[in-house]
Amino acid sequence: MSTPLLEIDNLKVDFELPTGTVSAVKGVSFTIDQGETVALVGESGSGKSVTSTALMRLLPEMAKISGAIRLDGEDLTQVSASRMRRLRGNEFSMIFQEPMTSLNPLHRIGRQIAEVLHRHRGLSGSKARARVLELLHQVGIPEPERRISSYPHELSGGQRQRVMIAMALACEPRLLIADEPTTALDVTVQAQILELLRDLQQRYGMAILFITHDLSLVRRFAERVCVMRYGELVEAGETATVFNDPQHDYTRMLLDAEPRGSKAAVAENAPVLLSGQDVRVRFTTKKRLFGKDDHFEAVRGIDLTVRRGQTVGIVGESGSGKSTFGRALLRLLKSQGQLRFEDTDITDFDKSHMRPLRSRMQVVFQDPFGSLSPRMTVGEIISEGLKVHFPELNRREREARVIESLEEVALDPAMRKRYPHEFSGGQRQRIAIARALVLKPDFLLLDEPTSALDRSVQMTVIELLRHLQQKYNLTYVFISHDLAVVRALSDTVLVMKEGQVVEQGSAESIFQTPREEYTKALLKAAFLREMDSAA
Amino acid sequence: MLSYIAKRLAMAIPTLLIVITASFFLMRVAPGGPFDGERQLPPEIEANLMAAYHLDEPLPMQYLRYMGNLLQGDFGPSFKYKDFSVTDLIAQGFPVSLELGGLAILLALLLGIPMGVMAALKRNTTVDYLLMGTALGGIAVPNFVIAPLMALFFGVILGWLPVGGWNGGALPNLVLPVVALAIQQIAYIARMMRASMIEVLGSHFIRTARAKGLNERQVIWRHALRPAMLPVLSYLGPAIAGIITGSVVIEQIFGLPGIGRYFVQGALNRDYTLVMGTVVFYGILIVLMNLIVDLLYSLFDPQIRYDD
Repeated sequence: MSTPLLEIDNLKVDFELPTGTVSAVKGVSFTIDQGETVALVGESGSGKSVTSTALMRLLPEMAKISGAIRLDGEDLTQVSASRMRRLRGNEFSMIFQEPMTSLNPLHRIGRQIAEVLHRHRGLSGSKARARVLELLHQVGIPEPERRISSYPHELSGGQRQRVMIAMALACEPRLLIADEPTTALDVTVQAQILELLRDLQQRYGMAILFITHDLSLVRRFAERVCVMRYGELVEAGETATVFNDPQHDYTRMLLDAEPRGSKAAVAENAPVLLSGQDVRVRFTTKKRLFGKDDHFEAVRGIDLTVRRGQTVGIVGESGSGKSTFGRALLRLLKSQGQLRFEDTDITDFDKSHMRPLRSRMQVVFQDPFGSLSPRMTVGEIISEGLKVHFPELNRREREARVIESLEEVALDPAMRKRYPHEFSGGQRQRIAIARALVLKPDFLLLDEPTSALDRSVQMTVIELLRHLQQKYNLTYVFISHDLAVVRALSDTVLVMKEGQVVEQGSAESIFQTPREEYTKALLKAAFLREMDSAA
Repeated sequence: MLSYIAKRLAMAIPTLLIVITASFFLMRVAPGGPFDGERQLPPEIEANLMAAYHLDEPLPMQYLRYMGNLLQGDFGPSFKYKDFSVTDLIAQGFPVSLELGGLAILLALLLGIPMGVMAALKRNTTVDYLLMGTALGGIAVPNFVIAPLMALFFGVILGWLPVGGWNGGALPNLVLPVVALAIQQIAYIARMMRASMIEVLGSHFIRTARAKGLNERQVIWRHALRPAMLPVLSYLGPAIAGIITGSVVIEQIFGLPGIGRYFVQGALNRDYTLVMGTVVFYGILIVLMNLIVDLLYSLFDPQIRYDD
């Protein structure tokens, strides 16, 4: 038995904050062998990213590390800073969760990759260029000769992540730490990046430490898995064993947190609440002083009928126009084509015409951190709409409605005196839902309401949405790139691509017997079909 | 790029129009006139003078006449410096103001940027507090307070530097006015640089640079400095405006023959055409400088492109 490539022995990380010491990692031990893929799984706050950043010794100074991190027997917690710099990017390297911001926006990508080669291999000039071109080719960047002098903003998110990978692999490291490398990417791109990593792993024979919250990726990608919670390793073992026979309650809970269930379809003769015919949204991309302006059509003629009590799921990758379409439905954006809300033609309604209807059509946005005003208490946020739409209510009545809606979303009404930053992501999303609910709407537009949340939290929010729908016969349009969630919530699904609907039908038919290639590709990329065959 | 420049210049026309119109009428609202002096002029002479300069016409007529002349590039004659046109005076004064302002901006950048970077790197240490405390002082004390104090200290008490005068732009004469003009800008730039440097150092691509195995010097010089300077660059537009208005005061205090002094004296003497001329000139200058700064910005930041 050879010694492992990486051995983490009783690793502890404490953050010394002015308010006291916070232990982020509390004695974690595991090993990675040559060429092996180990997944480190956990939800936000589990300490998985702190662990990986500690390996790179890239934590801020207030972090105190104890225990040992041995790479080939050399303890990385003990080596000098300059030795550490020779190892970083060379013997082991890292790719990050944020492909959009991890590259220097002011340097051409070729230069950024060449910088590693220069630092560790002393390559420069034409030799470095040749190797950079080779790397770009290997990571699947089209036309490397041309792309080598691109700036990061000229590339898509997936391409930027490919550049990051090229940079990480430039010196053929023996260990690659991949910290949620695909979380910010679309599912089809996600699949491509993972394929790429697997190919490159075989070519270079490197080990991968794969950090993720997404269990479906682990199942496909990793040989062994370590599950972390609250800074502790709760379970570790062969992937198949852990998935088939989880020992720890938390692991079991994580596995169960994969969205399940489906929604029963509403009666076919249920009244139509909202409908759109040939809805189009155009953005002006360039205004000209003379002649025609340039336009980009983000939504290209979509028909939609939403019946009372229905949930229409809209899926699509980023740039497909799904959010734009959602906003057009609520007339938060100008659009062409016909829109009706119940019996009212709202096609040409402007802001003031829409205002009386606003209380009946509400929206919950994706970002629970950015969508709540940080300077208002939760109570003020929730009651603000009441002041506009129900001015006849007095202060006491408003307060009662706020309390009622907080109870509805299972939050303690006493929390209404507090500010949004005191709440977790899941709680904030509940607040956002309460803010919409307090107006007693008929229709809710849910724009990626669970995408920023951990799986286990996601599940509770989905349960809440289901419960509220049944109780109040609410109608949802649910926008998401997350197919598993859409499947669990919707009775009808629209698949969007480049501003158009490529396929629509009942959730069951879309997920069981997709007809269009694009839908199939999406489903395959999301691993849903395999999960079914495994289950 | 050219069409962008043309568009920006076209957009400047209404701005300048408002500036000209507002200052034309404001100037006339002020009591007194260009020919009021200690000695009352005989009424017939004053009437003749008024007629010669068309000041006897109704105000709207005068406005139209002024605008008409302006369109032909004619700022008119100065009422006080009788042998000079306003154009002559501006042409005389501008080189002085330009040298003063240019040196002040240069000094502000040369001191402000390193101060800010240093403070950011030594964040929350004595060095940081000292630098930022000084900067705060520089912002809090206006230059018309600093300038006479400096003249008193370095000129009168120590006798190292002349307290005023231009002397053909000799270095000793430049030091005090340039420093006085630059102090506030040094302080602004240092504070801005510190904030943006701290922000950049916390960004993801700096983490990437460290993960590549670069040392701190390489991380800062190659990766952090240029992005951190972008906010400072976009501040240069307003900074130049600040320097210009600041130099009005400084030129007066140090007795320098720049256009700022003509501006102040013109206003005091009700030298309508001279004031109008300097205002229009300042307006055009500020518009142009802002445009140049924006174009420079696109050189520094590849994400900004003005071509189509």
